[in-house]
This record gives sequence, structure tokens and C-alpha cells, in this order.
Amino acid sequence: MALEREDVRRIAELARLELSSDELATLTSELIQIVDYVQQLRSIKTEGVVPLAHALDLANVFRDDCLAPGLPREAALSNAPKHDGAYFLVPAVLGE
Amino acid sequence: MNSERSDPGPYAIVIGLEVHVQLKTASKLFCGCSTQFGAEPNTQTCPVCLGLPGSLPVMNRRAFELALRTAVALQCQIPEYTKWDRKNYFYPDLPKGYQISQFDLPMSHSGWLEIADPKGEFPVRSIRIRRAHLEEDAGKSLHDEASGKADSRIDLNRTGTPLLEIVSEPDLRSPREARAYLNELKLLLEYLEVSDCNMQEGSLRVDANINLHLADAAGGMVATPIVEVKNMNSFRAVERALAYEAERQFAAWRETGRTIAEVPKSTRGWDDQRQATFAQRQKEESSDYRYFPDPDLVPVTVSVSAVDAVRAALGELPAATRQRLESAYRLNAYDADVIVNQGRQFIAYFEQVAQRCGDGKLASNWVTQEVLRILNSAGGTIDRFPISADGLGELIEGVRGGQVPSSRSKELFGAMFSEGLSLAAALRKLGIQALDAGALEQLCRQLLTENPRIVADVKSGKAQAAGALVGLAKKKNANVNPAEVREICARLIAEMP
Ligand SMILES: [Zn+2]
Repeated sequence: MALEREDVRRIAELARLELSSDELATLTSELIQIVDYVQQLRSIKTEGVVPLAHALDLANVFRDDCLAPGLPREAALSNAPKHDGAYFLVPAVLGE
Repeated sequence: MNSERSDPGPYAIVIGLEVHVQLKTASKLFCGCSTQFGAEPNTQTCPVCLGLPGSLPVMNRRAFELALRTAVALQCQIPEYTKWDRKNYFYPDLPKGYQISQFDLPMSHSGWLEIADPKGEFPVRSIRIRRAHLEEDAGKSLHDEASGKADSRIDLNRTGTPLLEIVSEPDLRSPREARAYLNELKLLLEYLEVSDCNMQEGSLRVDANINLHLADAAGGMVATPIVEVKNMNSFRAVERALAYEAERQFAAWRETGRTIAEVPKSTRGWDDQRQATFAQRQKEESSDYRYFPDPDLVPVTVSVSAVDAVRAALGELPAATRQRLESAYRLNAYDADVIVNQGRQFIAYFEQVAQRCGDGKLASNWVTQEVLRILNSAGGTIDRFPISADGLGELIEGVRGGQVPSSRSKELFGAMFSEGLSLAAALRKLGIQALDAGALEQLCRQLLTENPRIVADVKSGKAQAAGALVGLAKKKNANVNPAEVREICARLIAEMP
């Protein structure tokens, strides 16, 4: 299954990347190479191998339900491109 | 549009519900920020719930325990192994660009919840639960409704709050059943003390999937396109929105003939003012969430013995309480249902009243009629009701034993309620003094002496003539018990030569 230009366009859209036609061409050929490289994994026989959901051999890591100090609001808002001192401000989003 | 209509129309309604409940934890699912509702915007955040680089989530044990307790109570299968996945989408109130949720290995699946309608409008039904999984909430967006041009404001206090998403199978067959399911689910969640279930504060949210099955011209079965209805802010709104949507889909099908095969699932919002659903804009490509396991979280394993321990600790669930009240207090199904639906505290109140007065049926009448009437009209909860269970039990016991005139029991109840009086104080206040047996008999003898005509009438067989004696007795003393007057007079007349 080779990646096509249309697949890359869709992936870019999902990632909210606006690509020019040239960029789309370059990225398509580069992505094809990356996917081909990873495709090598397909040659490994995996019958009878239990799927692995996590690389660490660890489970049940919990914390207690205790409050911990968070960030002061000024700090929380400080990285935002736009805020009004109370809220983050973003371009109008309508029709949730 | 009449949501009460019971005629199902020439179609079958198919409804499945997705309920999100906020679990009652102090801190968020993956960080130590507070989950308290109503704080100033953006004052309960930290690098984890803001999705800042380098921060790592660690699961809240209590959130998992509450989710597990609920799943077990919903009769779900609990797999020994569960994990969390990233559900990727972009929205301003989702700072990480993904929601930590569960995809292919949810913590529970394949349960059921039984719903019944004590009024008998539908038979007892077991509604299958497809899955219940633990995930984090997103933040809150406030849009500029008026012009639609100003910036949207984002509050991330809610981001990362633990949610249990409970998904039913499409087993519900009417808006009324959907509401019954929600009532029963809410009751169960409150019983389990896992959630506040406050729809106004968003700690319980409902989305509904609905379509119709109907017969086509060829006699086959066709289905209308599935619609997901959102923005319903009460169970009543859910019932109405679904009733509206069923009729809208039927009208649309008659007009266009379009079926589920031709139209993809769409989303509609409920407008409570207009009492109508309206089409909502679809998020582009929204169905491609590109789930993958979250590498920042390790899986959770749950042993069979752990599940057994949770099950053993559940205590009595609502369905069992209804049955117990029916048999222990000789209540009918309807009364037991009314009491149980009020929740644990109300049940405890009823039981204490019943035990104090020694008559379950009478206790049930008082709490479901008088007490509930006040709670429903004035608002408030049973734990703040001015008449204690012992106080009400004592009043009913007094009526049963004849020490308190039953004709004035409502008056006494009113005084105890509005002025917080004990029974003894209310009796004094209303000038009610129970007559002892001797005094009452003395009064009756005097009556008979004064009214030889009535006595003669009764003796000649006109039993109804004795009724006049009760009225005369009341004039002498307002506190007399009519039944006792009747009984004593009848005996005295019979004893006369
Ligand atoms: Zn946080």
C-alpha cells in the first residue's frame, strides 16, 4: 500500500498544516520513504505474540486523590498568544 | 409537540444513550488540580492539564476505583487488562491536541441496567450497556453568541476532570424509556456515591442516538439516518427532544424517502426555547481520531478477586431495595418505587418512620404524600426536613393508637413542619388533649342521657341515627375521636335495658 498525495493532504489537514503544492510533493515522497522503512517490520513473524500496549513492563501506577498546587492564573495564561487576564482568547469558534 | 403521546406511530423508535458522568474526586484524573465547580476561570490548572511540554500524567487511584465500582454495579464484564489511548483532534478547549480516553480495551463492557415503569406503561426491560470507560474531560468554550465575531473565551479549569462514559446499546424503544433509563442510572450513581449527577453543573451529560425502523412499500424494513442529539440540559429535555426527533425523522422520511444507507450520521442540537432540534455543523474529518495507546500511561490490571471485593462492597442497589421495601413493609410496587427513587436518605427516613410507628403502609402514605408534596413544592432535601423521622413516626403511632385524633393529624403535621415543633408541643399549641378512656365514656353517657330520642331511634334499628351523636360529642370536646365515640355509644345503648 503506497502512500499517495491525497493521503498526505488528508493527514496534513488532520494536523492542521497548510501545505503548498510543492511542499505536498516533497512530503509525499519523503513520507513514502519513511513508511517503506517502517514496513520492514512486516517481515517479522508475529503469530502467537501477544500485542504489547506499552513498552514498560509496568502496570498500576497510581497517585492518591490529593490536591497539589497548580499554576497561578497569570502563569497559566502567560504563554497564550492572546488572553484577557481571565480567559484564553481564540478566534471565534461557532457551532460546537 | 406532545412528548406524552403513547401511540408509537407507524414506526419503531431505536435509541441508544451516551452518558458522561463526572466522578466525585477531589483532584483531576491525571494531576493534583482541584475539580471544584465554579472557581474563577483558569485558576485550577497546571502543566499536566494544560498539556505543557515535559509534563506527565499519573492516574488518580480514586477515579479508577469509582469507575470500577460503577462498572461492577452496571453488571459489566471487567477485563483483567485495560489501557488508555489518545483520541486526537484539534479544538481550543483541548490543550494537548488529544483527549486521554479508552479505545479498544476499555475497563468494562457488556453490562446491563434494568428499567421498570411502575405505572405499567412499558414492561420491565433490561437495557444492555455496551461499555463504560474512564477518560478526561475537556475545557469550556464560551462563544460570542451575539455577533459571532468576537474571540471565543476558553476556561481550562475542567480540563482533565475524570469522566466515566457509559454507552448503552440501542435498546431503548421510546423517549419515555430513555428517561426511565436516565432516572435509574442517576439513582444508581447517587446510590454508589460516585457522582453528584448535577446536569446544571455539567457533572452528568447526555447525548442520544436515535433513528426509526419502518416498513417500506415492499413490506421490508428500512431505517432512517441516525441522528445524534446534543445540548439537552435535563432528563425532561431528553424525553422531549427524542419525541420531537422521532416525528421529525418520520416526516423527513415520508418527504424524501432517504434511509440510513444514503445519509451518514449527523448531529443536531436541542433548542429548549423553540422545543425543536436543529442541524449542527459537522467538524470536518471529525471521525478520524487516529487513536493510539498513550505512552505516558501504563496499563491497569484488575484481578478477579479485586472485582469480587468491589462487588461484595457495593451494598444494596436500588432494585434490591424496592423488593425489600415491598416485602418488609408490605408496600405495593408503586409506593416502593416512589420511595426508592428519592434516593438513599429518603429511604432511610421512610424506614425509620415505619419502624417507629409500626405500620409500613401508613408510613409510606405519609412520606410519599405529605412529605414529598412539601419537598417537591418547596424544594429542599429530606436531610433538612424540619420533622424528624422519629417525630413523624410518633405522630403516626399516636394516630394509630387513638391518642392523637386522626381528624387533626394533618393540622399537627403542619404545625410540626412550619414551626419545628415536637408532637407534644404541637398538641399543646393546637389545644388538643387526648381524652382518656374514662373521660370519653363519661362524655358519651352524658350525651345519651341528654338525647333520649336518638337513643330510642338507634334502639328501634335506625343505626345511622348514631351519627348525630358524633357531631354532638365534637361540640362538647373537639378532641374526641369519632370512631371511638361511635363505638362507646353503641356499646352503652346495647347495654341499656
Ligand atoms: Zn492540572
